[in-house]
Amino acid sequence: MYITTIILPLIGSLISGFGGRLLGYYGASIFSTSCVLLSFFFSIVIFYEVGLCNSVCYVLLSPWINVGTLSINWGFLFDPVTSVMLIVVTSVSALVHVYSISYMENDPHCPRFMSYLEIFTFFMLILVTADNAVQMFLGWEGVGLASYLLINFWFTRLAANQSAIKALVVNRIGDFGLSIGIFAIFYSFNSVDYSIIFSLAPFFQNYYFSFLGFSINSLTFIGSLLFVGAVGKSAQLGLHTWLPDAMEGPTPVSALIHAATMVTAGVFLMIRFSPLIEYSSSVLGILVVFGSLTTFFAAMVGVFQNDLKRVIAYSTCSQLGYMIFACGLSCYNVSMFHLTNHACFKALLFLSAGSVIHALSDEQDMRRMGSLSYFLPITYSVMLIGSFALAGFPFLAGFYSKDLILELSQTSSNSNLNNKITALACWLGSLSVLFTAFYSFRLLYLTFLNNSNSTKRVILSVHESNLLILIPLIILTIGSIFVGYLTKDFFVGSGTNFWQSSIFILPFHSNFIEGEFLNPGIKWIPFLLSMVGIILATILNLSNFTITSWKIQSFFAFLISKKWFWDPIYNRFFVYPILIFGYNVTFKNLDRGFIELLGPYGAINFIPSWAKSIKNLQTGQITHYIFFMILGLCSFFMIFTWLENINSLAFSITLYMVLIFFI
Amino acid sequence: MYEQINYLNTSTLLFLISITGILLNQKNILVMLMSLEMMFLSVSFNLIFSSIVIDDIVGQIFSLLILTVAAAESSIGLAILVIYYRIRNVITVELMTLMSG
Repeated sequence: MYITTIILPLIGSLISGFGGRLLGYYGASIFSTSCVLLSFFFSIVIFYEVGLCNSVCYVLLSPWINVGTLSINWGFLFDPVTSVMLIVVTSVSALVHVYSISYMENDPHCPRFMSYLEIFTFFMLILVTADNAVQMFLGWEGVGLASYLLINFWFTRLAANQSAIKALVVNRIGDFGLSIGIFAIFYSFNSVDYSIIFSLAPFFQNYYFSFLGFSINSLTFIGSLLFVGAVGKSAQLGLHTWLPDAMEGPTPVSALIHAATMVTAGVFLMIRFSPLIEYSSSVLGILVVFGSLTTFFAAMVGVFQNDLKRVIAYSTCSQLGYMIFACGLSCYNVSMFHLTNHACFKALLFLSAGSVIHALSDEQDMRRMGSLSYFLPITYSVMLIGSFALAGFPFLAGFYSKDLILELSQTSSNSNLNNKITALACWLGSLSVLFTAFYSFRLLYLTFLNNSNSTKRVILSVHESNLLILIPLIILTIGSIFVGYLTKDFFVGSGTNFWQSSIFILPFHSNFIEGEFLNPGIKWIPFLLSMVGIILATILNLSNFTITSWKIQSFFAFLISKKWFWDPIYNRFFVYPILIFGYNVTFKNLDRGFIELLGPYGAINFIPSWAKSIKNLQTGQITHYIFFMILGLCSFFMIFTWLENINSLAFSITLYMVLIFFI
Repeated sequence: MYEQINYLNTSTLLFLISITGILLNQKNILVMLMSLEMMFLSVSFNLIFSSIVIDDIVGQIFSLLILTVAAAESSIGLAILVIYYRIRNVITVELMTLMSG
């Protein structure tokens, strides 16, 4: 059953991909959906057995690579972290499948779509269940590939092609770091198996690599490189540019890949490698800094986006920042908890955005929406709940996890902990709450509550989506409301033994209890900030209040609405120089220039011209021939005598002879 | 000892003069053949003198053979010259450039 869970999506993908023509539209959809649903039910059983009954399961299939000391097996490790990820992946995937049946109904390539979705699910399952880093890397690259295929699903659109390539290439930068990290793991531990790495990690605390002449702690080195991988996949600041562009794909794809599953792989990686990065406080510091900066940056940029899906994409980015810095605070279990809740409400937000877009005949710009609460009451309700959950409204999913993360970051107010980086996370994270609430409700106002800006033709065709779209929405709504409350106690309750050994927190780093003893006044801050955000959004949208009156402020607004010019800067300083280098230096100078000049072109041009000049030596004048004969004779003698003895008589004679003839 | 150096110098000088004659001559093919004869002469000199110096008869036999060869060669050369003159009416060397590369 454990292996079946993983294999089922692959089977579904292959059959609906290659046999989609035979199965037909509904055949392929129903077949692939049932495969994933079955996989989902199995993962519930796995969750029960592994998570609730505390029986970790390890399945060893067969050897994969066996070279010298490197031995990699096809092994599947089902521990509590994996079981939670399995539930997240398969449940969101199953709901997205159900949703897609109706959403992609008019698309001629529906079987292909289903096949891609399932191959994605398969690779994601490989990623989360792998028992060694290389197998995990297989899943890691696989989801990147599936992401490429899915973003590029409407391959006739230029924008889709561009963003798919961007997603793949930017992800590949992170993958490069991750692969070097895996090499470094093998270099220091001589193994890539999780069990071996994690049990050896404590002994490598004081082991140093010599890298480029610097001496670097091996665990810091490995941890930073793994984090580079996580930066790419989880769209942290620096490599985040692909995520908003990835919204070019169909909306279910955005929900499945760019909200609930694939982008969480980076966080999952950090959680999985917790026994390793716990021993390196510098890696934890990097996580905190990058995570909190990402949170703040993405939340601010989200405020100024006008594309419905991009707002949610930036919110994803921001929430991933929360998860990463929760990992940096050594609260991996809280990070995992937020991951689960976030998967619920973000999939909900994306899918309901898809429903809105579907209703408005593929209109994505929020400025052309409005008044949809009359036409789409169910979508409005679920999106409202999703937004409340995202903003951390009390007793919804986001509240339990996000506020917990913020509380834990606020423990730096305990002066004896003396953790200054945590203060940064606290400030930026708390401010982001304000922005998160603001853009969520700005989205709601612009889409559902303000006066309509749509054209008459669009308004006439607005309709509530059918049942296949609404059922996943409603299930996810229930999830968004209850998952946080239901799972809080055994995910992050004090004294829970749910995670067992799958998450490792150094006792020295465990500040979990500190969060419980915070001053109640501090604990209220995130809630108050989110309320302020909501009220601000209400004021700005219900009145004619404008804020762009001061010059410096409008400059900042411009800067943020241009996403801090990350893309232009990257294009200017990295993309174009590299492209120009590729064209001018490697292509024109090296390939077409240097190498061709030495190789074929050079031979073609050089030999005839040289032969021509040699041919011209034969003038027909007998005198010239004689001259060359004598010259040759003289130089022949000269060389030989020179080789024998420079000062010999014969040498001087021949030298005289040559001289005479030259005179 | 004095004679030895002298004969070497004589024959070498003769050889060089003949080579210069061949090389610098651009007008007359007859002069070329004469220079060739001179070259044979210098080689014969060299052989004869050295056969005397090292007291060996082979040098003299060789010089006799060279005489024969030189005679045969100059007769054939003159024959070619005559035939050439019959065809082109000149014996100027610098006009013999019909077979350039």
